[in-house]
Amino acid sequence: MNLLNVFNEINNVDPEFTDRINPRREVIRNMASFGKKVTLASLPFFINNLFTKAYGATAPTDVNGVLNYALTLEYLEAEYYTMGVAAPNLIPAGRPLGAITTIRDHENAHVKFLKQVLGDKAVSKPTFDFTAGGTFANVFSDYDTFLALAQAFEDTGVRAYKGQAGILVGNRVVLTAALQIHSVEARHASHIRQMRRARGGAAANQKPWITGANDSGIGAVVDPVYMGEDNKVQGGVDITTLKGAMGNISLATATQSFDEPLAAEAVLNIAQLFIKN
Amino acid sequence: MEKLSSQKECLIDKEEHLDKKDLRRRDFLKFTGAGLAGVALLGVVGCKKDRHDDDDMGADGFYFGSGDIAILNYAYALEQLEAEFYMQVVNSPYSGISDLEKTYFTDIRDHEIAHREFFKKALGAKAISSLEFNLSGINFSSRESVLGTAKTFEDLGVSAYNGAGWLIKDTGYLLLAGKIVSVEARHAALIRDLIDNGSFANQEVINSNGLDLAKSPTQVLQAAAPFIKSKIDVKDLPTY
Repeated sequence: MNLLNVFNEINNVDPEFTDRINPRREVIRNMASFGKKVTLASLPFFINNLFTKAYGATAPTDVNGVLNYALTLEYLEAEYYTMGVAAPNLIPAGRPLGAITTIRDHENAHVKFLKQVLGDKAVSKPTFDFTAGGTFANVFSDYDTFLALAQAFEDTGVRAYKGQAGILVGNRVVLTAALQIHSVEARHASHIRQMRRARGGAAANQKPWITGANDSGIGAVVDPVYMGEDNKVQGGVDITTLKGAMGNISLATATQSFDEPLAAEAVLNIAQLFIKN
Repeated sequence: MEKLSSQKECLIDKEEHLDKKDLRRRDFLKFTGAGLAGVALLGVVGCKKDRHDDDDMGADGFYFGSGDIAILNYAYALEQLEAEFYMQVVNSPYSGISDLEKTYFTDIRDHEIAHREFFKKALGAKAISSLEFNLSGINFSSRESVLGTAKTFEDLGVSAYNGAGWLIKDTGYLLLAGKIVSVEARHAALIRDLIDNGSFANQEVINSNGLDLAKSPTQVLQAAAPFIKSKIDVKDLPTY
């Protein structure tokens, strides 16, 4: 497969493609180093990765990258709740619909805010498939599935913002805004988890905070969302060696007390499940 | 964690103190709590570069240090306050507390203790001592009083971490603050829902851009002042 041909093909369709990948040129230049890893078998995936990178869903390396990465996630959430609220007979009227509407409005506000900040650097909205190719076929007809996926998105969102804080260190405006969105996502996650607990069933023991790796009751399909949340060592300190209210701090408490970040690649792998390529 | 190094940078632009004085004049009369006199609200004017960081209790009170150390001590102080509060809530539950509420409050207490003990351990010799608090204004037998105070503390905690984030220089510390603040936000949402289901992120805390509260260390300490009995010295705490 000749990559350059591929690029030329794309340029015919999208003249701006080369500009889009411009910041990523080094990726292409570095294919020599990638080369060791890029076998023929993985090439289609690698190219897919390049496209993903070109169109905004890329592991950020700078402030605008972080903002576009955040924007991509907010697009996803905003569309998800917009569709959920609009779906007939999905969300019970009253408090449930009120809560989801509140969350929808926040995600729309985040999209609007991030687009304003980015101006013409903003990536455009991907096309989403919230069934993830059929995995969640009943997402807009079954309320429990809808809530389960909402929880996965919110908990992922919290982790995603955290994972990018390092790039924004010392940036008064952008870091503060990112933190202000990040804690809103955590408030959402807390409420959705309460909503799921109230529904009982597999979610009957759900708490507003995350216990260990994958406490969601959703099953292994969301393992990637919670991967690493069972960490008990913070800043070199094993939290379970510290004194708690009675005896040492328990493992459950140690994992609940600190939400873990998620690297951009892992977040994008999750988001990709819901993005039509 | 690397050994915490004493930081001597001055992060504060002196120009920014001018409006702080105004703020102080405006807000000073609002605070009549017993702890107020003990809280150094004078903020940072210049940097003391020749300060001995290890003299915790100077004439001015418990010294927080400067730079990132001061911010970690600031977080440590807030976690101490929260832990103290929830310990009392669990030890003397309000009348009519449900089993689920008891479970939640026990969890939250344990989280705050974990945060407190983590900061204590991480700061090592740089840690301020255990502060004394004044929680006498809280009626621990009243659900309304307890939940109302919890709401204040949790929203304040979220706004404190959100507002102090950009002042942190070390990426590792910033990440740790991020790991804690979202847990505080989970608490805040729950407490709000216990008061009024659906108020987890209402307009009291979230603005029209969908952004949560962010407050400067000065603003947060002013709000916390009525509850802090110990004298604290935050003259080198970065703020704005």
